[in-house]
Amino acid sequence: MEENLHTMRTPFRFAAALALTGAMVAACSSAASPTPAPSAAPSAAPSIAATPAASPSTAVVPSPSPDPCAPANLKLVTAGMLTIGTDNPAYPPYYQPPATGNAPKPWQLGDPTNGQGFESAFAYALAAKLGFAKDKVTWIVVPFDTSYAPGAKKFDLDVNQVSYTADRAKVVDMSDGYYFLSQAVVALKTSPLAKVTSIAGLKGYKFGAQQGTTSYDTIVNVIQPAAKPSVYTSNDDAISALKAKQIDGLVVDLPTAFYVTAAQLLDAKGNALANIVGQFPVQAGAAAEHFSAVLAKGSPVTACVNQAIAALKADGTLDQATKEWLADKADAPIFGP
Amino acid sequence: MFSRVGPLDSGDLINIGPSGGPPRVRGRQPTVLRSTFVALVSTVVVFGILVWITVNAPGWADVQASFFSATVFSNAFPDIAAAFWVNIQLFAIAEVLTLVLALVLAVLRSLPGPVFFPLRFLATIYADIFRAVPGVLVIYILGFGIPGLGLPGIPTDPFPYAVIALTLIYSAYVSEVYRAGIESVHPSQEAAARSLGLSRLQALRYVILPQAVRRVIPPLLNDFIGLQKDTVLVSYIGVVEIFRQSQITQQAKFNYTPYMATALVFIAVTIPLARLTDVLVQRDRRRAAASSR
Repeated sequence: MEENLHTMRTPFRFAAALALTGAMVAACSSAASPTPAPSAAPSAAPSIAATPAASPSTAVVPSPSPDPCAPANLKLVTAGMLTIGTDNPAYPPYYQPPATGNAPKPWQLGDPTNGQGFESAFAYALAAKLGFAKDKVTWIVVPFDTSYAPGAKKFDLDVNQVSYTADRAKVVDMSDGYYFLSQAVVALKTSPLAKVTSIAGLKGYKFGAQQGTTSYDTIVNVIQPAAKPSVYTSNDDAISALKAKQIDGLVVDLPTAFYVTAAQLLDAKGNALANIVGQFPVQAGAAAEHFSAVLAKGSPVTACVNQAIAALKADGTLDQATKEWLADKADAPIFGP
Repeated sequence: MFSRVGPLDSGDLINIGPSGGPPRVRGRQPTVLRSTFVALVSTVVVFGILVWITVNAPGWADVQASFFSATVFSNAFPDIAAAFWVNIQLFAIAEVLTLVLALVLAVLRSLPGPVFFPLRFLATIYADIFRAVPGVLVIYILGFGIPGLGLPGIPTDPFPYAVIALTLIYSAYVSEVYRAGIESVHPSQEAAARSLGLSRLQALRYVILPQAVRRVIPPLLNDFIGLQKDTVLVSYIGVVEIFRQSQITQQAKFNYTPYMATALVFIAVTIPLARLTDVLVQRDRRRAAASSR
């Protein structure tokens, strides 16, 4: 097995990667998805500047010197295997549950190993760009707050909707963004909050968010409400609090907002109890909030991951996965000031 | 004692508690000096070795940056200290309520006679259930369950549910402490009180409980230390108290130093209480020794 991998020295096995991605996308589109059908409008995700190391997907120049990003040359947790971490349960629309039955153990709800859901699709496309076939990818459970614990990492990269912040990047390596997101407010249809259209109008309500999220930062820094926000261990707890009217509004990232309103906040008959009140306007350029893969500080893999992300952007794979799995941002109104 | 005549009062009641025994023989002065010196040297050596091993560990630089960052500490501390006010309110209210509810439970459980069997039974079931169920579950069930019923007029704020949950949990423990105190009072005390014409209730109020409560003050304080620490569990139902506040900072910075700040705050509050417990134990022991002489 080791020997086979040593022979794979091309920077990216593009043909194989594209074939695999294509097959995966085809497989995905037939599966049932709770997210609204992707619209034909172009994705609003802005592209970021390509990293200097990014190699354009058109120029496959065989290099005589050993490529540091070839699978055999990467310093990995398990040689020859790409070990990817995410939290458990893995939530849609980032990780999709299988169409029937339960996710294989230890996974609850979403199944990272099926290539369905935005982050699973992204992770397999990334792995393919790096030269790892689907069976060379291992998934492990990495709770969010252990992903940055000191000491050796059990994963090569962690793909878990982690938003980039400068403080976080001091502790771990954070890849270039693979999804640019906005935060949104979810409220029960019966709440007066449901009719608010401006950020100023939000101030009089009580909000809740999951701990450790940039959603919480949005409450504190953008909404600046009069009432102290409630902070929950998980989004599920925050949803319970919203249902029990302990909070008026729940702040989550927009894809999660689409998921919770479509699949979690339902009455006994399956009718939606809550709506997305609106999304917050995003900052332009590099300051925009984005998800980054987490890697060990100073990991040699980071540069290769960034290179692969740039390639996925250049060849449209990332846009395609975004459209495939995440609802169109244009479907939620944007708050005025 | 036997030479006195006249009615007994509570000060005269026979003390059955542990006897003080003869005072320890003090070592001679040079021995004391030498043992102090040996203790000092051995302490310095043992801790020196532990510190040396820690700071020379391969991952020390990472751990130091993650757990002992001075900048993160000074940035996080004001917020954390402010959030501790919520914990203080929580345990101040819950402790008072616990003292009352637990005493009622203990008295119910100590009632004699077949008539009171249902009350004894209920009190026993209560103590069994609330000691068996992990506290965080009680907090979750009350904190999300009761407001979820949507009954009109009940609060939606999680704080009252946090206080109620902590009171329910700790009353079960504290009622057992009270009960142990009540049972440690010799039956002859009640017999003596009854023979003086006190009713059963009066005997309980004026003879049994004063002695029982005094004996159990150290274990009571011990339970309150536990209660103070368990106030962090209410973070699960959305209350932003000291632990949640430190977690928010920790996850924003990817740095565990806020946890150390929280630990320091609890140490600062708990150690004086632990020392007070020790002083009370000593005083009780001296008093017991004095009255048995």
